[in-house]
Amino acid sequence: MHELAIAESVVGAVVDKVGDGAVVAVRVEIGRLSGVVADSLRFCFEVVVNGTGLQDARLDIDEPSGRAYCRTCGDEFELDDPIMLCPCGSADLEVLSGQQLRIISVEVV
Amino acid sequence: MCSTCGCGQPDGAGTRLTVVHGHDHEHSHDDHEHAAGHGHGHGHEDGSGHGHGHEAGAAHEHGRGHGVEKVIAEPETRTVLLEQEILAKNDGLAAANRHSLVERGISAVNLMSSPGSGKTTLLEHTIRAVGDRRQALVIEGDQETLYDAERIRATGSKVVQINTGAGCHLDAQMMSSGLAELDPPDGSLVFVENVGNLVCPALFDLGEAARVVIISVTEGADKPAKYPYMFRTADLVLLNKIDLLPYVDFDVELCLSLIARIKPDAKILQVSATKGDGMDAWYDWLAKL
Repeated sequence: MHELAIAESVVGAVVDKVGDGAVVAVRVEIGRLSGVVADSLRFCFEVVVNGTGLQDARLDIDEPSGRAYCRTCGDEFELDDPIMLCPCGSADLEVLSGQQLRIISVEVV
Repeated sequence: MCSTCGCGQPDGAGTRLTVVHGHDHEHSHDDHEHAAGHGHGHGHEDGSGHGHGHEAGAAHEHGRGHGVEKVIAEPETRTVLLEQEILAKNDGLAAANRHSLVERGISAVNLMSSPGSGKTTLLEHTIRAVGDRRQALVIEGDQETLYDAERIRATGSKVVQINTGAGCHLDAQMMSSGLAELDPPDGSLVFVENVGNLVCPALFDLGEAARVVIISVTEGADKPAKYPYMFRTADLVLLNKIDLLPYVDFDVELCLSLIARIKPDAKILQVSATKGDGMDAWYDWLAKL
């Protein structure tokens, strides 16, 4: 369950940034090709926030779609499946986005 | 809270690091190894709604003599932009590990697979085969036990065991601690046997020079399709236990085609660590690191 370590990283980064004060919300971006499951992250977040300034915080998760460029046909297209195939059948793709794991912002009192 | 197992201990306290000696004693570093984690004591208290941040216990009085009526309003919030990678801390530590290893001419190889694919057997044979040319040392990752570390020690190689407790992968901090204990000499080859798991280790950079994913023919040929994130990170895929192909239902072509779909430029070698088939190609690959 790597989402536990991901959740802990989120909390650690937020505390490093804003200290131990009360946090109302945290907004993160979990790309659909990142390998992190948003629901699992929500579950783990609730576990790891206890005893921190984030314990009442809301976790807002944006899940941007992936985009890829096909080196075979030159097409650029949306892609949410980890088995990456271009509609032309080629697997020779360059992933342009969708793998990001980012903390966007924190709402504090 | 500990990121490894979710226990209430400070980060890293659920992880045990053991140097496996050739003597009849072992020692763990439970009592001191990770105590200097980050002790950010969360000292906030309930009811601290008023914003004048007095120290706990400081003498002061409330409620009288202010002379001004205060209106209690909903606290306003402000948004702080962070715009940072969630794994920035791990990746920073991994970069430091990588820098230190490269500077000293040490090549670290991260071995990842499901449990039982033959990582430890592969390492036993590899250490014996390449040990004359380049000193090989090992960092073992497992949730519990020293079993694998004892097998590696029997080859004469120096080994450090990292037990992750409930943790499902090694991270860059564990790698850093493991390297500090292992103290590999300049120019050596360090193998990291990651926790047997085709999911979680894929996301965590340790600072290694190369990532090797091992799949054995006693598993399903569809493993690459089921665990694409892991196979996408591989610099090399080893298809192990090929000596068992006559006895198992494993479609090699299907497996290779699935790997190619997930990582078209993946290098794949077919080996039998126990019988020696294909192992020279693996040793040649290692020699180029």
